[in-house]
Amino acid sequence: MLELKNISFSVKSEDGKTKDIIRNLNLTVKDRTFTVITGPNGSGKTTLAKLIAGIEKPTGGKILLDGQDITDMDITDRAKAGIGFAFQAPVRFKGITVYDLLRIASGKKITPSAACEYLSEVGLCARDYISREANASLSGGEIKRIEIATVLARQSRLSVFDEPEAGIDLWSFQNLIRVFRSMREKINDSSMIIISHQERILEIADEIAVLADGTIEKYGKKEDIFPTLIGTEAAQETCTRLR
Amino acid sequence: MALNDIQKKILAEVADLHKVPMGAYNFRINGATESRNTTANIDIRSKADGSGIDIHIMPGTKNESVHIPVVLSKSGLKETVYNDFYVGEGADVTIVAGCGIDNCGNQDSQHDGIHRFFVERGAKVRYVEKHYGSGDGSGKRILNPVTEVYMDEDSHMEMEMAQIKGVDSTVRSTIAEMKKGSSLIVRERLMTHGVQNAVSTYKVSLLEEGATADVVSRSVARDSSTQKFDACIAGFAPCKGHTECDSIIMDNGTILAVPSLEARHVDAALVHEAAIGKIAGEQLIKLMTLGLTEHEAEEEIINGFLA
Ligand SMILES: Nc1ncnc2c1ncn2[C@@H]1O[C@H](COP(=O)(O)OP(=O)(O)O)[C@@H](O)[C@H]1O
Ligand SMILES: [Mg+2]
Repeated sequence: MLELKNISFSVKSEDGKTKDIIRNLNLTVKDRTFTVITGPNGSGKTTLAKLIAGIEKPTGGKILLDGQDITDMDITDRAKAGIGFAFQAPVRFKGITVYDLLRIASGKKITPSAACEYLSEVGLCARDYISREANASLSGGEIKRIEIATVLARQSRLSVFDEPEAGIDLWSFQNLIRVFRSMREKINDSSMIIISHQERILEIADEIAVLADGTIEKYGKKEDIFPTLIGTEAAQETCTRLR
Repeated sequence: MALNDIQKKILAEVADLHKVPMGAYNFRINGATESRNTTANIDIRSKADGSGIDIHIMPGTKNESVHIPVVLSKSGLKETVYNDFYVGEGADVTIVAGCGIDNCGNQDSQHDGIHRFFVERGAKVRYVEKHYGSGDGSGKRILNPVTEVYMDEDSHMEMEMAQIKGVDSTVRSTIAEMKKGSSLIVRERLMTHGVQNAVSTYKVSLLEEGATADVVSRSVARDSSTQKFDACIAGFAPCKGHTECDSIIMDNGTILAVPSLEARHVDAALVHEAAIGKIAGEQLIKLMTLGLTEHEAEEEIINGFLA
């Protein structure tokens, strides 16, 4: 269980004023749940994800994982404690191969065939990608799916995916929905947070949190929240052709 | 051949040799030939004046290799060695040359190897050269390789040169003169640390039509080490040349990249690229979210970059 207690995050802007990006935010993510966080651009979703992964430190409040205070834990220790994070804009590496990333992610020596499993899950033909460098020669959609595969390979207790659908083409998007549906089915004791605007992803959710202006505006079961979002910016239809 | 543990370790580092190799070889240890083997197609002879060896590869020799590792494990040894390779028409061979210096003493040890390659028409050569230093003496480990490549029509050469650890001072100079339809690929990998200094200079002349060259260097400068990469590609005919220098700078390192192009024909297509930067914070963060410490993340990034 992840508990965010009264979390604030503010930065000093150039003119010396403080800017509040996250304000007194409270959220509990229970085990065995698939939570979708949605909200307009600039509402603070990525910042919230980075606070959970330890990439940013809150300026106020506490973060608890299974009751343990992890507020001051660094990125590495949070990863070891079971938090996984797929970036909205994945970084690229010269010389590090897709296999290297999956090997590092799994935390042990994995066989290339085990690594291939993760790639197949995100709809990439493993043979074509396993020994490729995770560099600028990969398309936006490819690097995005590899990013998701690295988080799958970690088998974390809590995985956070920041806009996994962004930059992915339509065909792959359908695949991705399948990936998340199957993750939902195999969730066991883990839990997942997906940041997304997509109706198709909101539909998979157990719980939905709506972020507005740095704080949780609405939170509850999908059945209660989803109907209130249809037609708003928070729930974008993908494309009628996909239905 | 009786080798001590240090000599064995150096051979493993510079030539991936854990036992005596197949094919032709010449092991030079502490200034003298320790052991040599020739084959029906590959002859190795000492030069009359004792300054080095001549390696003759018969025309049409296929899938054979030549290993010529050099080990210096005595402090204070300084040598200049001339090795000439004559690669016959249509041959296809691998040449592995490496030099390792172990210096536990307080005098400098230095190996200056001058390698000349005469690659005849249609021949293919893969050349692998690794440099390595070890030992904790205050004497320096110095390597100054000079490589000259003369490529005849339609010949092809690939050079992989790596210096990853322990060499205090290096001045590397490589020249190539290339005839019609010949092609050269160079991949250089360099890492310096401490107060090491490395200079690498290339002058590749694409003399005739259809010659191509691709010279790529990747390097990492750590601590207070300094590096200079100076590559010039000159085109005298319709030809293609590309040079790239890509470096990671760390700590208080210094890197100078001076790529240059010289076009002496309107159809000479020449390109150079150079980039120097520190490890991107985002790269470290990504690997840390995969459970690595910052230090482990740095090592993975450098190892990948230099792989
Ligand atoms: N380190 C930072 N310094 C200044 N402004 C920031 C910083 N991080 C985020 N912001 C700002 O905070 C707001 C929320 O950003 P973000 O979390 O990326 O939103 P979202 O992911 O919901 O689109 C944006 O206005 C963004 O420009
Ligand atoms: Mg965002």
